[in-house]
Order: sequence, then C-alpha cells, then structure tokens
Amino acid sequence: MTEAPTHVTHLPPRPTVHRAPGRDAVTDSPVKVDVRDLSFYYGTKRALEHITLQAQTNRVTAFIGPSGCGKSTFLRTLNRMNDIIPGTRVEGSALVDGKDIYAANVDVVELRRRVGMVFQKSNPFPKSIFENVAYGLRINRLVTARADIAERVEESLRSAALWDEVKDRLHDSALALSGGQQQRLCIARALAVRPDVLLMDEPASALDPIATQRIEELIYRLKAQYTIIIVTHNMQQAARVSDHTAFFWMGKLVEFDRTEKIFTAPGEKLTEDYVTGRFG
Amino acid sequence: MNATAQRRLLSSLFVGACGFSVLVALVPLALIMFFVVSQGVQALNFDFFTSMPKPVGQAGGGMANAIVGTLMLSGLAALLAVPIGVISGVYLSEYPGTRLASVVRFASDTLNGVPSIVIGVFAYGLAVLPFKQFSTLAGGLALGIMMIPIVAKTTEELLLLVPGSMREGALALGATRGRAVRTVILPAALPGIVTGIVLALARIAGETAPLLFTSFNNRFFSTSLTQPISSITVQVYTYAISPYDDWHRQAWAGALVLITIVLGCSVLARLATARVSRLRTR
Repeated sequence: MTEAPTHVTHLPPRPTVHRAPGRDAVTDSPVKVDVRDLSFYYGTKRALEHITLQAQTNRVTAFIGPSGCGKSTFLRTLNRMNDIIPGTRVEGSALVDGKDIYAANVDVVELRRRVGMVFQKSNPFPKSIFENVAYGLRINRLVTARADIAERVEESLRSAALWDEVKDRLHDSALALSGGQQQRLCIARALAVRPDVLLMDEPASALDPIATQRIEELIYRLKAQYTIIIVTHNMQQAARVSDHTAFFWMGKLVEFDRTEKIFTAPGEKLTEDYVTGRFG
Repeated sequence: MNATAQRRLLSSLFVGACGFSVLVALVPLALIMFFVVSQGVQALNFDFFTSMPKPVGQAGGGMANAIVGTLMLSGLAALLAVPIGVISGVYLSEYPGTRLASVVRFASDTLNGVPSIVIGVFAYGLAVLPFKQFSTLAGGLALGIMMIPIVAKTTEELLLLVPGSMREGALALGATRGRAVRTVILPAALPGIVTGIVLALARIAGETAPLLFTSFNNRFFSTSLTQPISSITVQVYTYAISPYDDWHRQAWAGALVLITIVLGCSVLARLATARVSRLRTR
C-alpha cells in the first residue's frame, strides 16, 4: 500500500458551492446523502478530489461533466461498487441517513439494498422477466411467500412503467425485451428491494429518443418516493429531470447548485463554458 | 498494375488460400466418415446392439456389452470430472491473478498434454495394482483424469465470457460474491458449460489407451464396478488386430456406432443448450 500522497502543499482551489439564496422553484428537503471531503484513488492516481455535496430526499440530483471527470466513479462510491475494483481507496466520508457508509461495521450487502443502482448498459440476467425482478427479493430474503413475491414483482414493474407491456409474458426471457424495456426492467429490479436511494449511471445513453423520454418521465414520477442521483452526459436531460446539478471537471466538483441556476446563471466560468457547449 | 487491382488480386489470393485450407482440413474428416459409414454399415444390424460377441469362428454377434461398458465408463468419468473441473474453472475465473490460480492453470494445461497411455499407467498404479483387479472404476478414473482439465478450461473460458455488467447488477442488488457466481454468472454460462462437458465426454469416449490396463476388456456382459468391463474402443482395437474378416467387419461397425454416439451427443448438446438458453434458467 502506498502512503497517502502529500498533496496539501498544492491543494487545488476548493470549489465554490453557491447556495441558493431564494427557494423559488425547488424547495429544500431533508438531506439524504451527505458526502464530506471525499477523495478516491485508483492505486496512486487520484480520481476524485475533496468532494463535498448533499443530495436531498425526494429530489433528483444530476452529475454532469465531460468523460473521465469522475462523475461515474463518484456515483459508484455511494453504494461502494468501487470496492470490487482492486487497489482502490476512499478518503473522507459519505453519509446516508447520517451514517457513514465507509465505517468499519457497515454491511455492504445491506447498503447496496438501500442504495440501488441502474447501470448505463441494461444488464438483465439471463432469466425470465419475473425472476429478474424477484432476484433481489430472493437473495435478500425480503419476502418469501410466493404470492408476496408475485405482488412485489407486479408493483415494481408498474412503478417502472413496464407492467402493461410484459404482464402476459412474465416467464419469457428478459433478453427478448427491447433495449428500452430492458432498462426499465433493470429499474424495476432495483425498485423491488425498496431502496431509499436510486443511483442511475447514464441510464438512457444507449436508448433512442422515445425510450429516453419514457425513462425521463419515470425518473420524474419516481422522485416522489425515492432520492435519485443520476449521472448524465446529456445536459438537456439534466436540465429536464433534475432539481440539483453538480458539475464535475477533472475529478473536482466545480459547482453544485439548483439545476436552474447551473444552467442559467452559473457561478463559475468553467461551468458556464461547459453548459453552453464551449468544451466537453 | 494500379493499387485497386493489386488489392483485389491480393484479396482473392487470401480468400482462395483460406478456402483451400478449410478444404484440406475437412477432407480427412469427410474421408473418415465415408470409410467408417461405408464399411460399418455392412456389419451393422439389430443384433449388433443386443447380442454378445460370438466365439471365434462363429459369424455374427454384437457388442451389447461394449456399448453398455462405454456408457458406464463415460458416466463414471463425468461423475469425477464434472464437479472437480467446474469448481476449478470457477476458481480460475474468479481469482485469475492468484498464485494458486497460476499453479492450477499450469497443472491443468500439463495434465491436458500428458499422453493418454501415461494416464492409463497412472490409473493402473492407483486403482488396479492395489486390488490386483482390472475394474470399471479404474477405467472411469483414467478417463475422468483426462476429462478434468478439459472441463476446467471450458468452464473458465465460458465464465470469463459472461459480461462483468451482470456481476455488477447482482452485487448492486445486495448479492454476495459467491451468490452472484451461483445465481447469475454460472447460470448465464451454463448452456456453454454443458456443451463443453458433452464435447469432453465425446472426446474421452473415443479413448482406447487409458482403458487397456484399467478396465481391460470383458467377453461377457457385466455392469459390475469392480470387474473388468468391455468398451467399444477396446473391442474395436481387439477386433481390428485379429486375423478374422468377420471381426474386422464388427470393428468397422463398432467404430460407426462410436462415431454416431459422439456426433449424436454433440448435436443433442447444441440443441438442448439452444433451448435452455431461451427458457428461464432458475
């Protein structure tokens, strides 16, 4: 293990976080995910530098930024998916409901049940539609009775706006679904275990505009029940679906504010250049 | 000659070379099939599957005992090799970088290269000498040892083909690593692994050398695990080196039956896996 790099002398300027003075469009809600001074390392390479950010309950928080800026890496620190990559290391803390998820006594399996994730590329298991949604229920033994599982599967598929399309073929292979349906199935699968937080890593980037629109409508509806954090390459998408937006650049959080402010009156020149398409 | 014409000429040259190579590779297979079928069909009849070998000098008879023997020996081999091979394959794909994995991989590759007769001698020392008795078990052991590295390699390769996104999906739902392997990764690779196992079975069903001094041969019908047992390959070998024309015909028929079993297994495996992959795997 290498020693912690002595970066104190050439510390980059801390990102200015502009708190909204008024609360015209988006009202504040209790903080669900509270990240404090988090840095992340792949080996000795630092991929995230001193990120401090809060995601609020029942709000959609979007991460934007150019490729390789660390937004996906950051998202994956929130359910400790980076743990499976050898040689990675986290400094600082990330609190979900006030508890540090990197504390020694945290059960990662339980954390991942509470903080669900939807990936960029839909990844249904080679099982039936029903078994895909029931998977999390079965492995976590959340519900065991047959009827209860069936009920929860239906509920999840309805939440993901997929029920009507698949109700007559629940026991067909999930791989026969279209790309957009597969992604909604993955959302249903994540919802089935009733997480508090839903992490979405570019959930619509591989989909056509119509399927993308359905996912966006879904996100808009789901925020009534969940805290949603979404990574997106698509700035229009961030503007459409999110309440708060964080702009990442080269592993740093440049600016974090209400979405409206980020896109109309950003506080940083870099943010303005990015959202107006001058680079990235 | 201009560049385009040169490129076209080169292209057709290479396509031609590829086609020719394929042809050369396929000719032996076609010839073997042709000879075995044309020669074997002559001696093949219903009796061949149901009758026992006749004493020297009497025409007719069959290989019922050898067919049962080959099935039993292959079954025993699978019983030994499938669990060990699949579990090794899972280990190799899950912990690819560890010291033990490189040792296992090296040992497996080496074992795969050991001549089958040597494996026969090994099984002889292990399971025949101590009991002073040729047996079905010893034959199954020899074939099983041959099969382990094939199954391990196939399993490892097929597990590595399962997209990492599936593992991530399972872990993100709260699966432990072992659970993800058991409930998502193995089932995803299962059709391929089954095909691999059947092809490995087909491969060892055709082995003669490891059986010569393990299961030996038996002129009589036997299903005993502790007695010598006949097998199609050893029976074909015995008949082929005999001086009798009738036995030669029987050997051809035996070869035809063996090839049919092996081909049939491969075809069945492919059909079955194509079907399984469409169904729910849970």
